[in-house]
Amino acid sequence: MSTQINTIFSPALAARFDRLVTLYPLRRSALIPMLLYAQDEVGYLSDQVVSEVAARIGVTELDVRDVITYYSLMRTVPAGKYHVQVCTNISCMLRGGNELLAHCKKRLGIGNKETTPDKLFSLEEVECIGACSWAPAVQVNYDFHENLTAESMDQILDDYRSRT
Amino acid sequence: MAYLVSHPDEVKVISFRFGKGASDIDKYLELDGYTAVRKAITLGPEGIIAEMKASNLRGRGGAGFPTGMKWSFVPKQSAKPKYVLVNGDESEPGTCKDRLIFEYDPHSVIEGVIIAGLAIGSKMGFIYLRGEYRYLLKIMEKAIDDAYAKGFLGKGIFGSNVDFDVVSHTGAGAYEVGEESALMESLEGKRGIPRIRPPFPAVVGLYGGPTVINNAETLATVPHIFRIGGAEYAKIGTERNGGTRLFCLSGDVAKPGVYELPMGYNLKKMIYEVGGGINDGRSLKAVVPGGSSTPVLLPNEIDIGMDFDQVGKAGSMLGSGGVVVLDDSVCMVEFALRTMKFYQHESCGWCIPCREGTDWLKKTLTRVHAGGGVAKDIDNIRYLAQNMLGRTFCPLGDAAAMPTIAFVDKFRKEFEDHLDGKPCPYAHQREAALASV
Repeated sequence: MSTQINTIFSPALAARFDRLVTLYPLRRSALIPMLLYAQDEVGYLSDQVVSEVAARIGVTELDVRDVITYYSLMRTVPAGKYHVQVCTNISCMLRGGNELLAHCKKRLGIGNKETTPDKLFSLEEVECIGACSWAPAVQVNYDFHENLTAESMDQILDDYRSRT
Repeated sequence: MAYLVSHPDEVKVISFRFGKGASDIDKYLELDGYTAVRKAITLGPEGIIAEMKASNLRGRGGAGFPTGMKWSFVPKQSAKPKYVLVNGDESEPGTCKDRLIFEYDPHSVIEGVIIAGLAIGSKMGFIYLRGEYRYLLKIMEKAIDDAYAKGFLGKGIFGSNVDFDVVSHTGAGAYEVGEESALMESLEGKRGIPRIRPPFPAVVGLYGGPTVINNAETLATVPHIFRIGGAEYAKIGTERNGGTRLFCLSGDVAKPGVYELPMGYNLKKMIYEVGGGINDGRSLKAVVPGGSSTPVLLPNEIDIGMDFDQVGKAGSMLGSGGVVVLDDSVCMVEFALRTMKFYQHESCGWCIPCREGTDWLKKTLTRVHAGGGVAKDIDNIRYLAQNMLGRTFCPLGDAAAMPTIAFVDKFRKEFEDHLDGKPCPYAHQREAALASV
């Protein structure tokens, strides 16, 4: 199917999609993973991504948007290159998750769901990420960072900054 | 990376391969891997279900339904294909056990899926991982590829005449999808909204076919039952509560971590001995025994065995194994509010009692915590929660209501201490407690 589409995706991603749809009894089952993988590559679920994914799956754009608005990992606006997700749910809260979030806001100079002017970091308060016994915890993109303190958080942010 | 801890009281059944490199298939084979499924092939469906029933294994997702019985509900004959579904959407606050299984022993999940498939006559299984667990999806994908390469999956598995395929799948962030029917909707590429039951998944499930859906820990336990024998496994636990489970200790304990302990292990001992007690000479205020949706227990209520029946008798639930410990510096109104904020965020919005109830509860709790509450608010919180119970299509409404009722009933004085414009009386204590950690 990909050969007929004027694709905005890389050949590797297009090939991944082509394989993905064959794995399920129903083509639509590939929709959620496809959206996430596209978001990983493009940065967010742009109109073009929505349109191409809809065409590849064979559903309407409305069907795709219906799904996007439900899931918290999906976004229709760009985030920073490093999306810092601070958990403040109960186990993290008990170990200083709220204070860690406040620290990140101060350190990055941005609020919840905001992006730094250089587009390097964005910040989001998130619900439980499954790191309760190693709280407080943060996910930067998909990478877990656990048992954090303000100092170790600074180190982590510095490390990401120096990667660029 | 999920960290490993250990304690002499642990009985390592499901965790016996953790930290031994078992995500590598050859290492897994060295450690008795894929022996259980070979045994299961020779036993056949009846034999498998008999062994499962003998094990007294109950669902580790929270409801504690006997696994062998669940499997036996799937009709033998079906016009539509049958499926096995692994619920790895671990999202209950306080719970981080499935992460260790996927990270350290992914093949045990595959083996469990195949055995469940053999029991019900399915040829296909899906492993649904929550979207946040991307690094685990990679581990799982590799494990599946390796199993195909060895002939353990695909056509004629282990040289038998049985075909079996396994696909791993990523979610995209939604607590509600951990509910079985919402998970099926999600796997079909839709919003994770629960389905009306009956029909139950065992009859009409994924893609309309009969489906067995089990928690990841439940299915990862299955090969161990065949490795050591169902009756032997049952002996480790208590009556009607076979085996061990992974308990996730978190919050104000000295040694948080995921510990594998026998079912029925004493909760007090778990906190004070396994978990090393409460930090820095503070004292215990409360325990959430099984993830955020389970009613809170007071210090004088925790001398109980951690199995489904005993925790139920104590007025709470064993839930998903997330034991959250709160010391005396915690403000229970803030804790109740944070819990409700979560449920309000995660309510899918389909059932009005849940959608509106969680929203009003969040608003009211916010107001009370901020010092702007009136005396009537306390009863109103309880009344709202009470009216959500049993009035929704899935258990999310109950999950939000049950702990809220317990917070009000057991800590009413703390709610009262916030009224009449008083600032949170616990804020300073908490700051001091956090600073000392």
